[in-house]
Amino acid sequence: MTVQQEEVSAVEARQEQQARSVSAATISSLVVLAALVLCPFFISGFQTFQLNLMLIYAIAIMGLNLLTGFNGQFSLGHGAFYAIGAYTAAILIDTFGVSYVWTLPAAGVICFVSGFLFGLPALRLEGVYLALATFALAVATPQMLKLSILEHWTGGVQGIVIRKPKAPFDLPLSQDQWLYFFTLFVGLLLYWAARNMVKSRSGRAIMAIRDNPLAARSMGVNVALYKSLTFGVSALFTGIAGALGAIVIQFVAPDSFTFVLSVALLVGLVVGGVGWLPGAIVGGAFIVFVPNIAEEISKGLSGAMYGLMLILLIYVMPTGAGGLIRTVTDRLTRR
Amino acid sequence: METFIQQVLAGIATGGIYACMALAVVMIYQAIHHLNFAQGEMAMFSTFIAWQLLQWGIPYWLAFGLTIVISLIGGYVLERSVFKPIHNAPVLSHIVIFIALFAIFNSLAGFIWDFTIKPFPSPFGNAPLFGGGLIGGHQAGMIIITLVVLLILFAFFRYTRVGLAMRAAAANPESAKLVGIRVGVMTGLGWGMASAVGAVAGILIAPVVFLEPNMMLSILLYGFAGAVLGGLSSPGGAVLGGFTVGVVENLAGTYIPVVGAELKLPIALFLIVAVLVFKPTGLFGQRVVQRV
Repeated sequence: MTVQQEEVSAVEARQEQQARSVSAATISSLVVLAALVLCPFFISGFQTFQLNLMLIYAIAIMGLNLLTGFNGQFSLGHGAFYAIGAYTAAILIDTFGVSYVWTLPAAGVICFVSGFLFGLPALRLEGVYLALATFALAVATPQMLKLSILEHWTGGVQGIVIRKPKAPFDLPLSQDQWLYFFTLFVGLLLYWAARNMVKSRSGRAIMAIRDNPLAARSMGVNVALYKSLTFGVSALFTGIAGALGAIVIQFVAPDSFTFVLSVALLVGLVVGGVGWLPGAIVGGAFIVFVPNIAEEISKGLSGAMYGLMLILLIYVMPTGAGGLIRTVTDRLTRR
Repeated sequence: METFIQQVLAGIATGGIYACMALAVVMIYQAIHHLNFAQGEMAMFSTFIAWQLLQWGIPYWLAFGLTIVISLIGGYVLERSVFKPIHNAPVLSHIVIFIALFAIFNSLAGFIWDFTIKPFPSPFGNAPLFGGGLIGGHQAGMIIITLVVLLILFAFFRYTRVGLAMRAAAANPESAKLVGIRVGVMTGLGWGMASAVGAVAGILIAPVVFLEPNMMLSILLYGFAGAVLGGLSSPGGAVLGGFTVGVVENLAGTYIPVVGAELKLPIALFLIVAVLVFKPTGLFGQRVVQRV
């Protein structure tokens, strides 16, 4: 065989391999989807509520992943956008009597604008400096929400209580189940949007900025614009998750949105896999369930148990669930 | 004018605390080039060890020295045992490990010594010195010790072989390895020293804020802010940054109407972010130039 022929056959083999792993990926995502759809019919109302929270955190993590995983900008402050989304929804429902469905686009738009605006000064900061600036945002959020001037809208320290929506069209679903499917639908829509965005021309520009900003700029990518736009889109995702969170929990208060939330989102991102969108579900599950497991193992030492589990997890999969799956499939397809 | 001077002095007094912590932050940053989120909890744990030693009747300065030695060894062991296996993992995984350590130390301290607030003795007494009682004996002693630690660190990094090797290992691990520096040991040593400086900071801070597992949370944040403001590559800048944060925080609380008192912390942070936007490497940091 000549060199060219060898190259051709190598390319063909790779394409075949890709095709096989693509079909495996489609099958496994269909299985996961089916499990997510069927689950609420077999578990209790509280468990459905927990699963719902998992999906909501997954949406927020997806937003963070677009920013950190695909654009390479750190954020320790996404809890702030989650809070903005949650308060937008709560205020719209409570003060203006808007239907919960319409609070989602509103929360998305408001978070997109605030994320874009925050992204502008963040352009000048990199690495730890950006981490600190976003961390400052996260720390400032609960204090801003408690401000006495805004108390008329935000309810101050007390927060806002909202009512849980019922299933429409007389569907035979409990409130928890209906909200779960509502969240699942929104989540799938956003996942589809994120996937298409990442695969598009803009997605390639965003990733080029992560890999080498200088090269991206010399290829004609408007680095400043794309970075702030990504910040905005990322905040949009997280804000919608926040709005869903407010509707499902029926309550917002400043102390639910401390920096602990931002840190949890970051942990979820890393556990799920940085730069791998479906990992968000794994991350969401980690945020919701692992602290409970830690508490069950030992009441007094729950924090230490949580930390130990986290360390073990990073030892087993240093690049998150996404990295683990990638290595496993690589091994299997190579055989 | 009098209130202004009073507020500045009060700011310097609290700034001393932040300066201590900022110094510890910069130390570890020099050794590993990450911000360590568990640093505050490590310092808190060391302070609890010092408290335990004092409870057992060991004289203050002996306990002080012992705690520093224990922290030095503890920091080294921690790095070698927890971080060595994953030294190739991405940065974000390291940050998650910091968060895990944070949870572990916080929960362990609460489990061993419970969450009640404990007073911690000061070797300097609390007699007011000057500034109308705003800067007491302890605050003055704290500032002096911070400056002494700063001097020792400066001399260590500037004039000793080990200090030079540590700087080399942090700045360029591969080249450092090629000239025969044991990079892993140096990183461990950096952790040890950072943990020792943290212990000093904790012991100095504890008489002011009292001892409990959550004492370091906001202080670490101000310490980070001070360190970043001064520039993460400059220990002197970090100390100055710490004092600046203290003063700015106090002045913002006094002079900005309506929201000032409520938003002391966010305003201080906002000012720091504003400084960073105009001078991204901090006030005294060096710009890192990379070859493309």
